[in-house]
Amino acid sequence: MDITSFISTHRKLLALGFVLLILIFLATFPLYGNEYYINLLTTILMYTVLAVSWAMFSGATGYMSLATAAFFGIGIMATAFLEGTLPSPVIIVIGGLLSAALAFLIGLVTLRLKGIYFTIFTFGFVMFISQTAYYIDSHILGNAWGHELPLPDPGMLHYTMLGLVVVTLLAIYFIRRSRYGLVLLSIGGNEEAAEHMGINTTKMKVILFTISSAFMGAAGAIYAPALVHVEARIAFNVFNSFVPILMAIFGGMGQFYGPVIGAAVFGYLDRTLRVELAEYFMLVFGIMLVVVIMFLPNGITGLIQSLQKTRPIAKLLHRGKEEQHANT
Amino acid sequence: MIEALPRLIMTGIMDGSIYGLLAMGLTLQYGVCQVLNIAHGEFLMLAAMLTWTLSATFGISPLLAVAIIGPLLFAIGFLLQTTLFRFLKARMPSPPVFEGNALLVAFGLFYIISFVARINWGARDYVNTILTDRVSFLGTSFGLNQIIACVIAVAIGVAVYLFLSRTRPGRAIRATAEDPATAGLMGVNTNMILAFSFGLGALLAGIAGIMISWRNPISTYIGFNNTVIALVVVTLGGLGSVPGSFIAGILIGIISRLVSGFWEPLLIVPVYYAVLMVLLLVKPAGLLGKR
Repeated sequence: MDITSFISTHRKLLALGFVLLILIFLATFPLYGNEYYINLLTTILMYTVLAVSWAMFSGATGYMSLATAAFFGIGIMATAFLEGTLPSPVIIVIGGLLSAALAFLIGLVTLRLKGIYFTIFTFGFVMFISQTAYYIDSHILGNAWGHELPLPDPGMLHYTMLGLVVVTLLAIYFIRRSRYGLVLLSIGGNEEAAEHMGINTTKMKVILFTISSAFMGAAGAIYAPALVHVEARIAFNVFNSFVPILMAIFGGMGQFYGPVIGAAVFGYLDRTLRVELAEYFMLVFGIMLVVVIMFLPNGITGLIQSLQKTRPIAKLLHRGKEEQHANT
Repeated sequence: MIEALPRLIMTGIMDGSIYGLLAMGLTLQYGVCQVLNIAHGEFLMLAAMLTWTLSATFGISPLLAVAIIGPLLFAIGFLLQTTLFRFLKARMPSPPVFEGNALLVAFGLFYIISFVARINWGARDYVNTILTDRVSFLGTSFGLNQIIACVIAVAIGVAVYLFLSRTRPGRAIRATAEDPATAGLMGVNTNMILAFSFGLGALLAGIAGIMISWRNPISTYIGFNNTVIALVVVTLGGLGSVPGSFIAGILIGIISRLVSGFWEPLLIVPVYYAVLMVLLLVKPAGLLGKR
C-alpha cells in the first residue's frame, strides 16, 4: 500500500494515535523521569494552558488581551490565601471561578472598546491589580514578606496540570468546532458584518473571554505551589501576559495545536535559558519576540503549510493524481 | 494638611510638564506611525544614563548633553522606523493587525534595550543632579532644576505644537497621520515623514530623560515606570492628540503629587489606572481626542 495515500486516508486515526502516544508519555513520565524534567514538563503544560486559552479568545477575535497575567495571578493568590484550609481541587475551582468572574466584569465594560483601547485597558489592568494587591496584602493584611507555600509533590503537580491541559484542549476543540467557534472567527474576520448577520458580538466576546480566563485562573491555582514563595508582584508579573502571546504566535494560531507547539518550545527555552544564561535571558526573549513577529507571523504551523504548498514532492504527487484523473 | 496643597500642585505641574513631553513623543509615534511604543520609557532611561556617562567620563555638562544625546536618539528612532516597523507594516495584512504586532515588537525592544543598558550600567542608582539650589517662588521653595526643566519642557511643548500646526513639514506630518495614502499622492514622502515622526518621538523622550537626570536619582529600572506613565497620559489626552497629551501630562503630575502627599506613595500607579479605566469607560477617545 502506498504510504502517502495511507496517510491521507487515515489522517484522523493517525492524529488520534499521535495524541494518545503523547498523552501516554506525559502520563507515565513521573514514574521514570527525574525531578528536573518533571518540573520542566509541568511548566510546559502550564504555559500550554495559558497560550491555548489566550489564542482561543484573542487569536480568533483579533482583540489582543494583555490581561493573562492578571487571571493567572488571581489563581496564584487564591492558592496562597486558601492553601491548607480547603482541599486543593476546591481551591483550583475557586481560582478558576474568581478569574472568570473578574473576566466577566472586565469583558462587560471593555469589550465595547475597539482594538487598541481594549489592549491598553487590559495591560493597565495587570499593573493596577498587581500594585493594588501588593498594597492590600502587605500593608493592610500584614503579609509584608509574602506567603510561603509547602513544597509540592512534583508528580502530583504534574498530573493535576496534565488534567487541566486535557480539559482545556477538549473544551477548545469543541468550541472551535461549534457555532461559537465560527462566531468568533467571524468577529475576527469582520466584526461589523457579523453584527449585521444578527450576531450579538459583545455577548459572544464576553462569554468566550470569561471561559478562556477560567482556565488561566485554574492554571495559576495549580502552579502556585511550584513558586514556593508567593508575593503579589511576582504573581502578577506582566511577563506572563506576553509569553503566551509569543508562544501562540510562534506556534501559529491557524491550527488549534499551534499554541501547544509554541508552549513546548518556549517553555523549554524559558526553563533552560533561565538556568544557564540567567543574565542573557531577557535579551534572548526580546530578540526572539522581534524575530518571530517579523519573520513568522503565521507561526511554525503556518510555515509548514506554506512549505507543503511549494514542496516539490507534493507537486509531483499532485501532478500524478491530476494525470490519473485526466486519463479516467 | 491643606496648606501643603499649593506646593503639591506646583510640584505636580513641574513633574507633569516632563510627563507631557514624554507623552507627546509617544502620541506622535502612535498617531503617525501606528506604533504604540511600549519601549518608550526605555529611550528616556537611555538618555538619562547617557547623560551620566557623558558628564562622568567626558566632563560634559548635563545642560549641554542634549547636543549629543538628542541627535543620537533621533537617529535610533529614525532607524527603527525605517527598518523594523516599515518592514513589519509591509508584511501585515491590515492596519489593526499591524498595530497589535507593532506593540509586541516594541515589547521585544523593551527587553533588548533595558538588558543592554543593564550590562552597561548595572542596577545601581546614579545621582547626577545639578542646579540644586532652592529658589523661593510663590511662598514655597523649589529646586532651580525643577523650574528650569519645567520652563524648557513647556517651551519645547509649545514649539512642537507650533511646528505641527503652522509649518509645511508639520502639515505633512498631520496629513500622513490622517490618511497616508492620500498624503502620498499629494507628493508627501510618507516613509520619510513616518521615520521623522518616530525619531522626533524618541528625541522628546530623550529630552525628558536628560531633564529627569538633573533632578532625580536615575537607574536602569526607571524606563518601565515612565512607559506606564506615558501610556496613561496619552490615553487620557486622547491617542494621537499632541496638545491633549501635554495637558493630561500636567494633570497626571498633579494627581501623583496629591496621592503621594495626602495618601500613600505606593498607590500612585493604582490611582493612575483607576483614572484611566474610568476615562476609557466614560470617554474612550480621551480628553481632547477625536472620534
